[in-house]
Amino acid sequence: MSETPGEIRYLKLSGLEPLVITPESNFINVGERTNVAGSRKFLRLIKEEQFEEALAVARHQVEGGAQIIDVNMDDGLIDGKKAMVKFLNLIVAEPDISRVPIMIDSSKWEIIEAGLQVVQGKCVVNSISLKEGEEEFLRQAKLIRRYGAAVIVMAFDETGQADTLERRIEIAERSYNLLVDKLRFPPEDIIFDLNIFPVATGMEEHRRNALDFIEGTRWVKKNLPHCSVSGGVSNVSFSFRGNDVVREAMHSVFLYHAIQAGMNIGIVNPAMLEVYDDIPKDLLEHVEDVILDRRGDATERLLDFAETVKGERKQKVADLSWRELPLQDRITRALVKGIDAFIETDVEEARKVVNKPIEVIEGHLMTGMNVVGDLFGSGKMFLPQVVKSARVMKRAVAYLLPFIEEDKDAISSSNGKILMATVKGDVHDIGKNIVSVVLGCNNYEIIDLGVMVPPEKIIATAKEEAVDIIGLSGLITPSLDEMVFLAKEMQRQDFKVPLLIGGATTSKAHTAVKIDPQYSSAVVHVNDASRAVTVVGDLLQKDKQEGYKADLKKEYAEFRENFLDRQQKKEFVSLEDARKNKLRIDWYTAEIFLPNEPGIHEIKDLPLEVLESYIDWTPFFRSWDLYGRFPRILEDDVVGTQATELYSDARKMLQRIFSEKLLKAKAVFGLFEANTVNDDDIEVSVASKGTVETKIFRTLRQQSRKAEGRPNIALADFIAPKTTGLTDYIGCFCVSAGFGTQELAEKYESEHDDYNSIMIKALADRLAEAFAEYLHEQVRKKYWGYASEEKLNNEELIKENYRGIRPAPGYPACPDHLEKKTIWEILKVEEAIGVSLTESLAMWPAASVSGYYFGQPESRYFGLGKIKSDQVKDFAQRKGISEAKAFKWLQSSIAE
Amino acid sequence: MSAFIEALKKRILVLDGAMGTMLQQYQFTEEDFRGKRFKDFHKPLKGNNDLLSITQPEAIAEIHRKYFNAGADIVETNTFSGTTVAMADYDMEDLVYELNFESAKIAKEVAAELTKNEPDKPRFVAGAMGPTNKTASLSPDVNDPGFRAISFDELRIAYKQQAEALVDGGVDILLVETIFDTLNAKAALFAIEELKEERNLDIPVMVSGTITDASGRTLSGQTAEAFLISISHIPLVSVGFNCALGAKQLTPHLEVIANRTEIAVSAYPNAGLPNAFGEYDESPAQMALQIEEYLDKKLINIIGGCCGTTPPHIEAIAELAAKYEPRPLELNQINA
Repeated sequence: MSETPGEIRYLKLSGLEPLVITPESNFINVGERTNVAGSRKFLRLIKEEQFEEALAVARHQVEGGAQIIDVNMDDGLIDGKKAMVKFLNLIVAEPDISRVPIMIDSSKWEIIEAGLQVVQGKCVVNSISLKEGEEEFLRQAKLIRRYGAAVIVMAFDETGQADTLERRIEIAERSYNLLVDKLRFPPEDIIFDLNIFPVATGMEEHRRNALDFIEGTRWVKKNLPHCSVSGGVSNVSFSFRGNDVVREAMHSVFLYHAIQAGMNIGIVNPAMLEVYDDIPKDLLEHVEDVILDRRGDATERLLDFAETVKGERKQKVADLSWRELPLQDRITRALVKGIDAFIETDVEEARKVVNKPIEVIEGHLMTGMNVVGDLFGSGKMFLPQVVKSARVMKRAVAYLLPFIEEDKDAISSSNGKILMATVKGDVHDIGKNIVSVVLGCNNYEIIDLGVMVPPEKIIATAKEEAVDIIGLSGLITPSLDEMVFLAKEMQRQDFKVPLLIGGATTSKAHTAVKIDPQYSSAVVHVNDASRAVTVVGDLLQKDKQEGYKADLKKEYAEFRENFLDRQQKKEFVSLEDARKNKLRIDWYTAEIFLPNEPGIHEIKDLPLEVLESYIDWTPFFRSWDLYGRFPRILEDDVVGTQATELYSDARKMLQRIFSEKLLKAKAVFGLFEANTVNDDDIEVSVASKGTVETKIFRTLRQQSRKAEGRPNIALADFIAPKTTGLTDYIGCFCVSAGFGTQELAEKYESEHDDYNSIMIKALADRLAEAFAEYLHEQVRKKYWGYASEEKLNNEELIKENYRGIRPAPGYPACPDHLEKKTIWEILKVEEAIGVSLTESLAMWPAASVSGYYFGQPESRYFGLGKIKSDQVKDFAQRKGISEAKAFKWLQSSIAE
Repeated sequence: MSAFIEALKKRILVLDGAMGTMLQQYQFTEEDFRGKRFKDFHKPLKGNNDLLSITQPEAIAEIHRKYFNAGADIVETNTFSGTTVAMADYDMEDLVYELNFESAKIAKEVAAELTKNEPDKPRFVAGAMGPTNKTASLSPDVNDPGFRAISFDELRIAYKQQAEALVDGGVDILLVETIFDTLNAKAALFAIEELKEERNLDIPVMVSGTITDASGRTLSGQTAEAFLISISHIPLVSVGFNCALGAKQLTPHLEVIANRTEIAVSAYPNAGLPNAFGEYDESPAQMALQIEEYLDKKLINIIGGCCGTTPPHIEAIAELAAKYEPRPLELNQINA
């Protein structure tokens, strides 16, 4: 093999996609969470064989921007070889994970070899060394080559681990020469791990640990052509565990110098990294003294200084030095960091240097937004940050608009026009707004028709504006039908533009089975904002879109077939048999509790502060595409920093809501005598003004075939049948924390502030849920009073550790939205508190919750599952509505 | 340097066309497939094309001769399914060595005869090593994505046996082809490396993958570039694509690899995409027209045909190829 002098050979790796590491590549970040030695969570998942969740860890890392994932199964309590093969086989079946190359990490050769035998792409082996001598080293390296992998060589030899500069150089050189000369191992496939050891340990001999690594790296890159240098960075700051401010600064400083010396691959936790330029000067000096071993007392000085910055992070003073940067840098930074304080000044300055004001948008601002897009695309920025960037962008554009309009010839160009709408009858728009903002950031022109948009309007606007894509959103089940209708209508009118489907009740299954067959052009289910960008990009890319669309059609057709195949396997029983197998409560021994305060009650204006401790924050983060349980999410390796920032913004807004009374919370609820009649109906006696009116709740019964001894439940089973002669009770309620939300959101939108517009809606939703939780507690303890002794904290409330349930129409136990109407009639909800129902029976304001109360100790939450047409017909008859109407409303619950 | 490398330096080499398409024309019956030797075999054998190298050797030789006469420089042995893995369907695992050895011999004899008549145009035989009917990195069971029907080691052993027999039968080149799962190919290449080392052998190896759909990926999900990277650890004389797509659809994928490798690039597409009846009906002239684009763009060094191609296709391609310069090669990189 001849070598041209000066020739550069790249380290090339592959998963399903290539990873070519060139001198121009940024530092390659290896994901380290799928390592049993490094992650207790991952170890537990593997031990318990929870491979689905273990895969989620891998996926999360790739989505978070890891370019290689390290997989390690070295633990005494697991069969490492078996676990490695099993996990890698599963990873290979997940294209969104296996697109990146895999680092097979083990200290046992047999595990490494087993791993190499199941991965088609070019992997990295982590690691081999001269520890067991030259013969074994060369044997392993030769096999690695034959399996087609690159290799990490540890600076380790027969006498031990390299801990000085000289030893690092000695072992690296010897290893390199053996590999390249004896085996003709391609030097570009060699990666040295030169051992990163802690500094500032107080031990004299550790003082040069970081510096020796850096200098070793420099020597290796200079003297051993084409190879790479890697290492696990967090080791270096080991002695400052507990002080993240210092640790983050140490990692940044170390990397800054190591990368300059030539380190190009590493295991770094992105959440534990400060931007080098953002490290305060005094801290930087102290840290560099230690990392670069610049003075004898560096450790002592940093230790002293560390005390002063411990936990100081939250009170950092705004650093305005970036205002000194050149104009473009200032604009880019304002967009990346979401700072809008100076944007108008900067944009004005830019306007004066360009010929036409539009050039500020197309030049300065787009340059900055491209940086945002790249960072988001590569997992270095998260959704809430991007929404903040959009806010800055919108403000800048709004400032420029009057100037642009003066200048008549200006034509702006976008990547494409996208129509977004929440369908008729539905009022939920948080997800839709987020997707709109993110697409807007990527230079798509968004035509947002808002909520409750009738299909005619969507069609007409799509035609008038000649949009490139139509995006539909909805949260409640009737919206699914609206989407099907719209797809049919688009087909009838010969539309060709792709249709995007999103929103909480939508699913790939529904899209594939119900929507896709109605429309001959592309239909895609997109449930998160970052995916929306790639999907839209692929759909509109000129040279690839046809292929992509054809693939989509095929993918959905296959999905549909598989789905329908699976469906058929489910067995059902007739409604009659299901009723015979109902849940039987022994009513003569069962406890029936007479409510303390029966009848209808209203709360006209609840002080919102009361609800603060009842908020379940986990879904709040989810609505911003940040996944993880609260409060652990705040410490999460990947999204923790962002979650913490979002949480702090949310708390701030919450305080404003409380102190300025921005929102109003109201409730109406009642407790009534009730009995089950005819198996599935609950007869409710509503007393008012001396007369008693009878109303009936129709419940639905599970119809899937149950295992022996498991009942087919309906909510009616939780109420004593009339035939027992006992009087039982039921409650129902509607709460809303949404009054004022719309006005505030509109106000923010008019100020081009999507971030706060989305924030207020998301918080109103949380407050409504909290209100429902709070009111349920009040009912249990006071109004009904069967649990006056109950003492539960919020965590236990979220886990539903209480007696009785509060199922809501439209949710799993009673997916039928029609029953809301009965609640509205009984409680006179609209007259009492002003919450109305749309034609699709969504509640308005959107931040509202309604449902029933069951107090029976045996009552529990369950999912109805699918039902058969015999029940639908029976339901129609009982309710006195046409079968067609019943089929329409129960659609999503009917088995195919 | 072998005569093959020598020839590859000078011109675009032409590979043969489809074996299966040609065999269909003979309309062999079950009896023909069995011949005398397998008259009483316990399983139906019609469709076991590789077996014809033993039971109908004249037909196989005739097809090779037709392709050589049409202008092919290289013919592929009739061994697409010649592994214990693929032969298990016919319970003929024991016959694998013989099938490969005989197939190589037949092709080599025809090649030698033509080379003798025309010493300026040496003819070569490539030992065809197909993908087998099992995949090492895909599960055949949708409900159990972690399951594998075959292991790397099973494939490695099977491929090694095939490669040994092909080499013993005299092939000039080994061709790992129609790769839809890169891991299968890696097992084949691993086996070849072992064989080369054990016998101190220096035989050129060609690799040809299959892009299965318009998304530009192999069946196992790799992009063309990822595929290239995944098989580049073994010294190869050429890399390219065959089957699944017509010449036109293959162009962008060939461009990807032609721009990223220094070794030779090969292509042997189908005669267009199958029509509604599953037949390939691109005519020789139509196919040559598409292939002219490869030549204009200097994308290839080796060109031939896969499903649906016949001697007239190869003749049209050969005529065209003779007019063009091959893609420039960094020859010191080949089999260095």
